[in-house]
Amino acid sequence: MIAVYLLLTVPLLGMMVLSLLADSHQAGRVNVRFNAVALAAALWLAVAVLVDGPLLSPNKMLYIDSFNVYLIALTAFVGLTTSMFSGPYMAHEQELGRVGKRRLRLYYAMYQGFMLAMYLVLTTNNMGVMWVAMEGATLATVLLVSLYRTPESVEAAWKYFILCGVGIAQALFGTVLLYFAAEQVHGIEDTALLWTVLHDNAKALNPGVMSIAFVFLLVGYGTKIGLVPLHNWLPDAHSEGPTPMSAILSGLLLNDALYAVVRCKMLVDGSLGTHQAGDLMMGFGLLSFIVAALFLHRQTDVKRLFSYSSIEHMGLMTFAFGIGSPWATFAALFHMTTHSLTKSAIFVTVGHAAQVAKTQQIDKIRGLMRTQPMIGWGLLVGTVAIAGFPPFGVFASEFLVLVATMHDYPWLTPLLLIGVAIAFAGLFRHIQPMVYGDVPEGQQPIQANLWPVMLHLAIVLCLGLAIPAFLGNWFNQATLLIAGKLPL
Amino acid sequence: MAITDLSHYQQGILLLAALILLTSFLMLGQSRLLRLVFTFAVQGVLLAVTTALVADVLDFPHLYISALLSLGLKGILIPIMLQRLVIRLGLHRDMETLKNPARVMMGGTGLVVFSYYVCLPIVKLSPLITLNTIAISMAVVLLGMLLMITRRQAVAHVVGFMSIENGLFFAAVVSTYGMPMVVELGIAFDVLVAAVLFGVFFFHIRSSIDSLDVDQLNRLSEAEK
Repeated sequence: MIAVYLLLTVPLLGMMVLSLLADSHQAGRVNVRFNAVALAAALWLAVAVLVDGPLLSPNKMLYIDSFNVYLIALTAFVGLTTSMFSGPYMAHEQELGRVGKRRLRLYYAMYQGFMLAMYLVLTTNNMGVMWVAMEGATLATVLLVSLYRTPESVEAAWKYFILCGVGIAQALFGTVLLYFAAEQVHGIEDTALLWTVLHDNAKALNPGVMSIAFVFLLVGYGTKIGLVPLHNWLPDAHSEGPTPMSAILSGLLLNDALYAVVRCKMLVDGSLGTHQAGDLMMGFGLLSFIVAALFLHRQTDVKRLFSYSSIEHMGLMTFAFGIGSPWATFAALFHMTTHSLTKSAIFVTVGHAAQVAKTQQIDKIRGLMRTQPMIGWGLLVGTVAIAGFPPFGVFASEFLVLVATMHDYPWLTPLLLIGVAIAFAGLFRHIQPMVYGDVPEGQQPIQANLWPVMLHLAIVLCLGLAIPAFLGNWFNQATLLIAGKLPL
Repeated sequence: MAITDLSHYQQGILLLAALILLTSFLMLGQSRLLRLVFTFAVQGVLLAVTTALVADVLDFPHLYISALLSLGLKGILIPIMLQRLVIRLGLHRDMETLKNPARVMMGGTGLVVFSYYVCLPIVKLSPLITLNTIAISMAVVLLGMLLMITRRQAVAHVVGFMSIENGLFFAAVVSTYGMPMVVELGIAFDVLVAAVLFGVFFFHIRSSIDSLDVDQLNRLSEAEK
């Protein structure tokens, strides 16, 4: 239990310390340390849950089971590696004069604020607090999207604020309806919104109210996942904000929003006993997958390109969770891990590439392989991994999704295959000239810290070759929890 | 069921629900920003009165805190903040002409009917009054969205956004007698922070495009330029 409290107090403390720390170079290092402590707490928690099973805090406000504990570990890990990248990156941006000292202070404080919101979303047992934390994540990141104060970034941040604010308001309506349904069963009690209580009594909840509630919850949290047609904020916010921000938005926020939807789906499934919630998720997921894959071809900005790739992958995961069979759920959990590791690695590389070329325009970034082979290889390998090539982990998870689809909905398999092919073509037609191509005059290598990228890609590679026993065990337990059966 | 069969409390709630819906329509048709903010404040006060009424009649003391929060935030603090910003940004003389007021109003009415239709499954398990109030709160949410769609002023967008929150709070108060306390405090905190951030953003937007007309925020798009 101490580990959970530690996990939540560390970023809170970090936020306070970093909002007072004036020296931005030091702040970068302090930020890394806070994230390292949080990762240690997360791992401690993971081991505790692995050994003792689900954990419910004495006041029932926090609940950790095998589903969220692995996401907590993943969140802490990506948070740490991204913070390692963000220190030197932001220092470089400061040298270029794009940000001042005060804004850097805001940046670091809000980095921790965002991490706090993420941990709160994952650990809380109260559906209302989950909503509050999700909204808190928007509030923490909205000023970071407009950190550079260019007209484009202000526009992106405004869009992000309004769209996500209105979107997430729908989720609040869904939460109110959830409470309404729970109240019919328990009477008016503060415990009625606790996920554990709702889940235990899911059968008694009124199906009519629950199905309306789920529509609102899906649309609300779906805005944060970036499901088409609610995705408009996502490419803008990713492309205009500082790159470390894009990495944690893509690697963490989207995952955690999907986590919230899946938690709601578990309740609704218990109440309805039908596949209605799953059908909705499959529809939204497949639409996002196809539309985003098509949009990949039209992009001119490299960060927009990869944010569409994020929408595509989130769509695939939503689709897989929607299928709901143990195989599909296992695949979706696995895909969450591999995507978030790969995508944050790619954003880190892209950030360096943009600093080398001094632009984010795809047609002006050329010859990375010759200017700085490390960045070129990082981008190439990252793209190969995210496009779903063997032997990387994304291939394994996408393959599992395909297998699960073939089993339950064979007629949807061609659509998925075509989508994967379109996405592959869309990524490579842009990346290939960026990596090879002729070197523009005066392009100089920069000082880059690429070992977080190497680490992420190495893990994804290992996951593609073989899933370690403890991780497989985690996924199995989480699958058992969500789908009700073991995959094998 | 005749209206006289309802208790005074229920009649009071229905009256307040109707008034809140009315303020939503007033906002929809209001072209001056200061009046818009004022109408929003009235809606906030009505929300606080509803909460206090529920707290008093049904004896939920924790709702008094919620009523105070609504009154303080939605009825006083945020409207005053918005009013000051409007005057400081020199927008109080601007008139925003609605392109098709009649059509917008008809659309709003359609949304109300739609809300009643969506909420029909709920009527089976609760008294008539809950159907009315949930449907109206959903209508307030949708009307807030319509307000945001039809306006170009960033301030009007914020008012629309906050009025959506009002609708949600109304739903929570009348159908479930408020949310658990920690959730309510959390939501109030989020709303407060959001209001402050909106204020900051007005200045950012103005310094970047020299006005608060969000239609001019059109640099980022998928279309080739």
